Amino acid sequence: MIVADRKPLAEILTLVRHAGRILLVGCQECVTVCLAGGEREVAELSLILRLARAQGRAQVDGPLEVITATVHRQCDDEFLAPLADQVANVDCVVSMSCGVGVQHMAAYFPHTWVVPALNTRFAGATIKQGLWEERCSLCGDCQLYRTGGICPITRCAKSLLNGPCGGSQEGHCEISADIPCAWQQIYDHLRTMGKLELIEEIVCVKDWSRARDGGLRRSVREDVS
Amino acid sequence: MNRLQGVLAAGGFAVTAEIGPPKGADPTRLRRYAERLRECTDAQNLTDNQTAIVRLSSLAACVHVLAAGGEPVLQVTCRDRNRIAIQSDLLGAYSLGVQNVLCLSGDHQSFGNHPTAKNVYDIDSIQLLGMVRRMRDEGCFLCGEEMKAPPRFFIGAAANPFADPLEFRAKRLAKKIAAGADFIQTQAVFDLERFRTWMAMVRDIGLDEQTAILAGVIPPKSARALRFMAQVPGMAVPKELLRRMESASDQQEEGKRICSELMEELRSVPGVRGLHIMAVMWEDVVPELVERAGLLPRPWQAASFSGRETG
Ligand code: SF4
Ligand code: SF4
Repeated sequence: MIVADRKPLAEILTLVRHAGRILLVGCQECVTVCLAGGEREVAELSLILRLARAQGRAQVDGPLEVITATVHRQCDDEFLAPLADQVANVDCVVSMSCGVGVQHMAAYFPHTWVVPALNTRFAGATIKQGLWEERCSLCGDCQLYRTGGICPITRCAKSLLNGPCGGSQEGHCEISADIPCAWQQIYDHLRTMGKLELIEEIVCVKDWSRARDGGLRRSVREDVS
Repeated sequence: MNRLQGVLAAGGFAVTAEIGPPKGADPTRLRRYAERLRECTDAQNLTDNQTAIVRLSSLAACVHVLAAGGEPVLQVTCRDRNRIAIQSDLLGAYSLGVQNVLCLSGDHQSFGNHPTAKNVYDIDSIQLLGMVRRMRDEGCFLCGEEMKAPPRFFIGAAANPFADPLEFRAKRLAKKIAAGADFIQTQAVFDLERFRTWMAMVRDIGLDEQTAILAGVIPPKSARALRFMAQVPGMAVPKELLRRMESASDQQEEGKRICSELMEELRSVPGVRGLHIMAVMWEDVVPELVERAGLLPRPWQAASFSGRETG
């Protein structure tokens, strides 16, 4: 899923400083799971924004009226259409979805100013209650078959493809004692699986044109389009 | 005249040293170091924005070293440049007379003075080795396109016997050799026991005969400096050494003594073909260390020496 977290309140207040009435929209997909932009977070942010403006903490005068909604998915037209009436009546839409949802909303309502309330962080998973960790950089050419299901592009700080750098010590990455060395994890897992020969092969340079570096990516399925 | 390659090809014991380029545009000190080191070492490594701190470029520093009569080793990391920029710099370096290159991953930018930078890592150090070798041996760019006048580098790589997992470290060296490493400069050795263990693994699979391994040393200038090094990821400093430095009345002298002892021990480890002295911020001490080790004069200073041309 996509993991996001909320922007600092001061930044959100700045983004809506010219607005008297906003529509604050959450999303029931990923950002609900990572507790950043679901129904609960929408209600919470709505309250905080209104209070901050009412108390004059926002360096702008006047109260803020907040209308809230949480849609099934912000990255789909079908779920945005029902918002049309509400959107028409506000100065600004504040989206609490990931960057995809924000963009989709802005494109769907081209005459309305749409701003993000979240910082979209990464594609990751829930590791335990309250902890999410990055797992995939969406590189377009999955290498996980070489590394026993541990992504070196994402989880190694240098995206190395040929084994651990000289900074790997006692299981952690050179950048922090809190971050595991992905290549130590790969090594350990391949050893358990009896497949260490996989990291003895030299992996050739990667084709990054399938990643973001190649320009806007599209996925086309002729059979359904 | 490639001194480093010549010494190694003739079966000699090589000595190289590291010079950190300045954090500014004045090359005076850099040139002075190069002049001091050129007589007592076979080649001088110019670091590439080491620990991700911005410094005068390795390539420009190499040119200063050449002008001072030295023999530079261009250090190239994968952190800041993609395959296009690296190949371009390699052509430029070779055209200016640089004949040795050391291929590295590079320290992560979070260590340096621009921790908010974006890193590149288009290729990794092993892929970089393969790229330099391909340019040299196949006369073509990474994409396969042929080039006129390919650069004929003597290609080096780093190895860190103190990083984990230890069991993989010799295998990783094997990959570097297979990719193109003619010579290896190791991380600074303080923990001789661990170094010997690693070398035994290296010899077991015959790697010492496929490349020239130069063992790294750092003369600690003070107990504080040594304590700092003990914290650096990928370094291993035994506690006894720290205690020894701390209790010394003349720490500089003790640092030299420790380094000389390590150099002596490392020379006797089978498979070690040379030493790489990284006297960070203390380049002036290198001539004395080489002298104390009885490694002067350097083989290429003899009239009869015929270092192989690589150009
Ligand atoms: S290899 Fe690429 S696609 Fe596969 S998990 Fe890593 S970044 Fe994602
Ligand atoms: S320590 Fe491990 S995870 Fe960190 S950069 Fe090096 S190889 Fe990658």
